[in-house]
Amino acid sequence: MRTRARVGLLVSGMASALIASVMAAPVQAADSSTATSLADFGGLAGLERACKAEGQLNTIALPRDWANYGEVIDTFIRKYPTVNLDSQNPEASSAQELAAVRQLKGSNRAPDVLDVGLAFAVAGAAEGLFAPYKVATWKDIPAGAKERNGLYYSDYGGVIAIGYDAKKVKVAPKTIKDLGNARYKNQVALNGNPTSAGAALGAMFAISVASRGAKGVDNMASGVNLVKSWKKAGTFLPVQASSATVANGQTPITLDWDYLQDKYAKSSKKVSWKKVIPTDAAIGGFYQQAINKNAPNPACARLWMEYLYSDQAQNLWLAGGARPIRLDAMVKKGTVNKKYLKALPKLPAGTKVIYPTVAQQTKARTVLAKQWGKLN
Amino acid sequence: MTVTQSQNVVAAQKKGGDNRYKYNNIEIKKLFFDYSGLIPFFIFAAIFIGLPTGSVAVNAFRGNSNEWTLENLRVAFGDIYFTSLIGSIQLGFSSALTGAVMGLAISYGVAISGKKKLQRVVATASGVFANTGGVPLAFFFIAAIGNYGLVTIALQKIGIDIYSGNFTLFGFSGLVLVYLYFQIPLMVIVTYPAIEGIKNEWREAAVNLGATKSMYWRYIGIPILTPAFTGAFLLLFANAFAAYATANVLTSGTLPLLPIQIGSLVNGNVVADQTNVGMAMGLEMIIVVAVTMGGYIYLDRKTSRWRKR
Repeated sequence: MRTRARVGLLVSGMASALIASVMAAPVQAADSSTATSLADFGGLAGLERACKAEGQLNTIALPRDWANYGEVIDTFIRKYPTVNLDSQNPEASSAQELAAVRQLKGSNRAPDVLDVGLAFAVAGAAEGLFAPYKVATWKDIPAGAKERNGLYYSDYGGVIAIGYDAKKVKVAPKTIKDLGNARYKNQVALNGNPTSAGAALGAMFAISVASRGAKGVDNMASGVNLVKSWKKAGTFLPVQASSATVANGQTPITLDWDYLQDKYAKSSKKVSWKKVIPTDAAIGGFYQQAINKNAPNPACARLWMEYLYSDQAQNLWLAGGARPIRLDAMVKKGTVNKKYLKALPKLPAGTKVIYPTVAQQTKARTVLAKQWGKLN
Repeated sequence: MTVTQSQNVVAAQKKGGDNRYKYNNIEIKKLFFDYSGLIPFFIFAAIFIGLPTGSVAVNAFRGNSNEWTLENLRVAFGDIYFTSLIGSIQLGFSSALTGAVMGLAISYGVAISGKKKLQRVVATASGVFANTGGVPLAFFFIAAIGNYGLVTIALQKIGIDIYSGNFTLFGFSGLVLVYLYFQIPLMVIVTYPAIEGIKNEWREAAVNLGATKSMYWRYIGIPILTPAFTGAFLLLFANAFAAYATANVLTSGTLPLLPIQIGSLVNGNVVADQTNVGMAMGLEMIIVVAVTMGGYIYLDRKTSRWRKR
């Protein structure tokens, strides 16, 4: 590997790309770890060759029922059958992903690519854990959704929606404030603890905005107070909503990312799950994609990125109810899958989706760390 | 101990000639074979208890750029997280005390019943229940006595609403109730041998010497059982103090508990830069549990004196 790396350093840029397209792949594999775009591989074919030579891709924290990742993975495997895709620890949290990058440094079992929450992308970039790489469709990613050197960028996301079981909830809630109404007694739950679950934190932002208007995004205390009043009114349950609690009827109303609610619909035949974006708050959030700087399979890591940001994979996320980051560009180009696009829950007319920044998230979780534990 | 024993053996053998080396070798071999079965256990313990404990202890004193610091401990004992230490102690204490009293009553009842079949059933069932926990246990209770649980609805049909008062499954009272599911059987398992060890002869002897029933309990029964009860109580306390998954599912962190706070910091999707504060709280927990278990071991030794035949 060493010697190959030196050879790789000698021939740089276009020269190496040229050689790659002429010579056998192994020479190329050496400087895959410093490649910052397709040009360094002389195009997609060169990258594919380099990845096939590696023959391995390690992913982490990709649950199959999350944003249609199951199909995203299967399609990659069908496209590149000789590459062994190892989907490690699908239920891992963002914290565990970064921990795996640190602890498995130098091991060939280390994850090649990561899918983490925004706070972890920022922290990981500051710590120097990621390799910069700009996918071919880089221009389609809105400026606010990418680190300018390509250390990380948004992949897919959603909007906080109220989900409810139409069989148990006779009057459909339309706003978040509705959820304090006594008719929803013992029915409202979050998807976990907002100091540890991203979806629950998003829900808390939505609750804050509902109580304070757009300013609420900077005022988490107002959200906590609203939940407190729900608890007093008896509508809010601190139980963590899941497919099991939905099937059992314990949590007929949840606040969660819209794309994570499809699994509730499938949880039981007795459930008729509907989702609606509240008119008093639209909070959005995207996950971030990044390449491990010390990826054991640097070419496959980059090929995976190119694949994820291609029309094909972006449409697969869309099929899972998630909003891919290139959605607007794909709508313009007409490459978006119209059927899946139509299935997305409608944003109420005139809504501007608010995406909490890292600074706002940091502030919010400080408030939550103090106040959430005193809700009872 | 073993050294002196082997020396004695050697000394005893000396009379029949100098077999010192031979016997010493046998002794060493015997020692090795006696303990060789434990080697996998020691390796296991070193990897899965020793290493993580050491790493928690070290990281508790490290900052985000790996510098040495006491800041993590300061935050861990600061007002935000100190309430979770108190919360966990309260939960541990309440569920341990209730579990210990109820478990002891069951143990005693089953022991004096003299029915072998009942004793076997209770022992086996306790072994199963005491090891049930985590997310499945939370769902057992949601399915049974949640707001839409089977039992809740059945009781409502005969006019009893368990939610009419202050009770909630998703708060302190609910957690104590759920924890009893494993606390009571654990108490039965731990105290049964001690209760069984109370011999009828002692009572007969006491009665023959003119003791009344209450005098027997005051001077013999309770003093003998106290270390067993206290020791088991400590074990139950540590058990509930460290429980995580059940509480996490049922309360989503709305109850301040140490294990849940640690989970948010070291294993969450929200907080990225406070892992080592979580480690400091982990150290806090390790110390609390170590002290508790130290007390348990000491009391267990006291108890087992009466079990020796």
